[in-house]
Amino acid sequence: MYRWVPFWPNTASLQGVVVNNLFIAELALCVLIVGSVLAMMATFVIRYRRGSAASRGELVHKTWHWEIVWTVGTLVAFLVLFGWGAGIYVWLYQAPKGDIEIYAVAKQWMWKFQHPGGQGEIDTLHVPVGKTIRVVLASQDVIHSFYIPEFRIKHDVVPGTNQVVWFTPDKPGTYRIECTQFCGVQHATMIGNVFVMPQAAYAQWLANQGENESLAQQGEALFRTYGCSGCHGANSTVHAPSLDGLYGSLVHLQDGSVRRADEAYIRDCILTPRSFTVAGYPPVMPDFSGQISEGDVMKLIAYIQSLSSRNTRNVDSH
Amino acid sequence: MPSAAATLKPEIQFATLDQQGETAQLGIWVFLATETLFFGALIFTYYIYRMSYPEQIAHAAKDAVLWCGSVNIGLLLTSSLTMVLAINAAAQGRRRELVFWLVATVALGVIFLGVKGYEYYLDYKDHVVPAANYVEKPGEGPAGEMFWVFYFVATGLHAIHLSTGIGLVLYMLWRVSRGEITPAYYAPLEVVGLYWSFVDVVWLFLYPSIYLVGRS
Amino acid sequence: MSIATDVEPSFLESENTLASWLFTKDHKRIALLFFASITFFFFIGGFAATLIRLHLANPEGLLQPAMYNRMFTMHGIVMVWFFLIPSIPTTLGNFFIPMMIGAHDLAFPRVNLGSWYVFNLSGLVLLYALIMGGIDTGWTFYTPLSTNYASGYVFAAAMAVFVNGFSSIMTALNFVVTIHRLRAPGMTWMRLPLFVWGIYAVSLVMLTATPVLAMDTMLLAVERFLGVGMFDPTRGGDPILWQHMFWFYSHPAVYIMILPAMGMVSELITCYARRPIFGYAGMTMAMMAIAIVSFFVWAHHMFVAGISVYSAIVFSLLTFFVAVPSAIKVFNWTVSLHKGVISLDAPMLYALGFVLLFTIGGVTGLMVATLAVDVPVHDTYFVIAHFHYIMVGGTVSAFFGGLHYWWPKMTGRHYPELWARFAAILTFVGFNLTFFPQFILGYLGMPRRYYTYPAEWQPWNLLSSAGASILAVAYVLPLVYLGWSLLYGRRAEGNPWRATGLEWQTPSPPPKHNFETTPVVTTSPYAYNPEDGSYVTQDGTAYA
Repeated sequence: MYRWVPFWPNTASLQGVVVNNLFIAELALCVLIVGSVLAMMATFVIRYRRGSAASRGELVHKTWHWEIVWTVGTLVAFLVLFGWGAGIYVWLYQAPKGDIEIYAVAKQWMWKFQHPGGQGEIDTLHVPVGKTIRVVLASQDVIHSFYIPEFRIKHDVVPGTNQVVWFTPDKPGTYRIECTQFCGVQHATMIGNVFVMPQAAYAQWLANQGENESLAQQGEALFRTYGCSGCHGANSTVHAPSLDGLYGSLVHLQDGSVRRADEAYIRDCILTPRSFTVAGYPPVMPDFSGQISEGDVMKLIAYIQSLSSRNTRNVDSH
Repeated sequence: MPSAAATLKPEIQFATLDQQGETAQLGIWVFLATETLFFGALIFTYYIYRMSYPEQIAHAAKDAVLWCGSVNIGLLLTSSLTMVLAINAAAQGRRRELVFWLVATVALGVIFLGVKGYEYYLDYKDHVVPAANYVEKPGEGPAGEMFWVFYFVATGLHAIHLSTGIGLVLYMLWRVSRGEITPAYYAPLEVVGLYWSFVDVVWLFLYPSIYLVGRS
Repeated sequence: MSIATDVEPSFLESENTLASWLFTKDHKRIALLFFASITFFFFIGGFAATLIRLHLANPEGLLQPAMYNRMFTMHGIVMVWFFLIPSIPTTLGNFFIPMMIGAHDLAFPRVNLGSWYVFNLSGLVLLYALIMGGIDTGWTFYTPLSTNYASGYVFAAAMAVFVNGFSSIMTALNFVVTIHRLRAPGMTWMRLPLFVWGIYAVSLVMLTATPVLAMDTMLLAVERFLGVGMFDPTRGGDPILWQHMFWFYSHPAVYIMILPAMGMVSELITCYARRPIFGYAGMTMAMMAIAIVSFFVWAHHMFVAGISVYSAIVFSLLTFFVAVPSAIKVFNWTVSLHKGVISLDAPMLYALGFVLLFTIGGVTGLMVATLAVDVPVHDTYFVIAHFHYIMVGGTVSAFFGGLHYWWPKMTGRHYPELWARFAAILTFVGFNLTFFPQFILGYLGMPRRYYTYPAEWQPWNLLSSAGASILAVAYVLPLVYLGWSLLYGRRAEGNPWRATGLEWQTPSPPPKHNFETTPVVTTSPYAYNPEDGSYVTQDGTAYA
């Protein structure tokens, strides 16, 4: 829509469209403000140059009136921009359920993506057009940042956390993924590509990736390997919370707080359980920090998600 | 540099000695405000982690040597008293008393450092020195080590400030010996006194943060 | 007004041994000592910038990636702490604050000299780190990259910044106490020139923010050196805590960089438009408001870092609030030209350039303050362009303007006016050519700190590098002609610009203790007659 603006960058997502409108409005305001300042300066410098005959009598002494006018005016304009931007931001940063959930692990200096069916990619990401894609981000080392300029979305990937970003591509094509938080020597080459495909082509691509265990199946194997089933399994004698239907529900913790069991919560429980003991249970779960890679954590999360007996997921905040 | 008390004149930028003295005091207050922010940032960081990992920190803090910390707070509070008494003596021109109280302040400060040094030795034997011989004890977790990092950084910084204070008091003793601290002008002593009190106040915040965790 | 030669010698001539300079207590000599130091570091930071732009003219580049990363880190650290923050306060501030308030020196002359030595010590530590191989973490030292993954001399660089902070604190403490206590009789707060208000406001910010930076760098150094876990997520630490603590200082730091410049521009506009500032009280309150509110906006650097949506909303709102006083100042400066008697000497060209470039930087600041726009442009060249418009288009312009304005007073010599105007215009052109394309690059999606980029972005990068070469010339030119003027410039009288202000009531250069007797002030600042720009001093000297 804004292709007539010189050097306008491509936009290929629903998010991008909304952000563009705000950007253009702000750009227009900028031009207006800078233009008026420039015009006034030029006028005054020429009109009142030394030696000109313009009248300088009767300087304005009660400057308050003018100052209040432009103070209030700028404040109102700023509040409008703030509100508009904040509204879009809340929408951008509260990821909905999504049609497809991709797990992404950032490490120096590559992006590893895993589809729910277990298909893995490095530095490329195939997605269908028109669907809402949720990407769960984790870092294996330092802070990275997941950025797709043409979708106008970005989120830092902070080690020790899971962050979620989402987008809905609306045009097939190839779009750059960039890391935009300095992460070491090869930061500038931590680039990838998103391939947005028509849905049929996407399904075909998925099928062509060969037999893969889905992420949830891989997670189930890990659930046994790491010994989780010893306490959380159906036949366990240990008093441990059941994981059926856990994902998306509200959990009451020992310290009185309540958390929604989203990806970040499950990750926290696996890695630092003592800080998140569920109310009514003994704090005996072993600590797995440093023992499970980010990729494996994601598979475990996928498995636990698959244990939801009902689809009770509300809109997740993170 | 003025040579004798009688001819003490203000520096060129001041109109009177009084102005010089008051300006010096404003200066030390401003400096102490920056020191408050410096220690404050450290204490803030500590409390962030203490609120995130309360049990781990409580476990780790059990190894803090309570008697050392308590003796030290007694020593410091007393030294603030001796400092105030010194300033009082200076204001009234009682030179021998002034010297006595200043020497007492130095002595109390030095004993504090001695106790602290012994405490560090005990900490070393207890294996709580991060990066040196730290051993994580049961129930501590990673936050336990952070407690000890905070402990050494905070008490180390405090000890450096206290040593500086001792040096300043010794410098005051030297100036007193040259007759430069008189009832007409004793602002340098007040400045040092304010600094000394600040070092004491920092310990008032460090003591409960370190030694009284989980002991209520 | 000519000065009789049988009066006291100027501060430059009074003694001339090396010791009389290195152990001076005279604020004017200390100011010149600082000039030497910050000029040295300006060219070091500038050298790094030159290499960066030469490298980026081509996607294949010139430097190895590791070297490029060290270059942008060095550029940031040197320019922020060793040039921009000290520039106006330690040079022009040191020289002129006592004179503008009618004092014979600052409150604590030895602390002033000590500040210079501490600054140089920190510079030596940084040079050691740079020469031994440098660091490549960016000036922001984000953890865990800087603590656990970066090679290089992070510990030394952190220590250099730590020591540098004490220089800031010493200088700021001196200014605050001096302005409170040493104002001449009759010099009430609301008669102070706006430059003094600017230095006062900046000193308050320095005193409050810098100690936090000192603790940050100390904790960073402890983490790096001892390998403990405060910011290490694998050991229970929080990398985002580093960001909060760092930006708590570093956001006020950018206001440290701009407030003295704002004060400076008010001096320049009033002198070269020969009329009082529009809205004096509003200008003082605006500077104080900026100083205070600047402490409440730091997390606008972290909108995409994973802070809660609610925090982000609060910080965005506060950021818009802090922009309001800046907008007031821009309008007041512009309207201060109305009905003036305007001459376009070099200092005025720099001042006008400041207003325009600061406005552009400021409105793009609104854009990054807007949450939804910051999401795509954060950490891209858009932000780089934004802050360079403020810091370089803003602060550096004001610094050069003030340097030229007060050059006759400090040195007793005139600089060559035509060369200076040429340099000012060249700066403006070169600057815009360098940084405007970067706004476009940023919105197109070019991230910061990238040593290479896709070929289709090369035209913008090339344009930017071409502009940088012009800018380089524009910055070297003053070095040449100002140096020349020291030896061959026309001698200056006491008040060559016929300006208001106590500093102009002394000979050029001034004597060691500024005033023979303490002046008594009875007039408001900028008491130009608005009808014709004339001005009569307190003792009756009339300037047309």
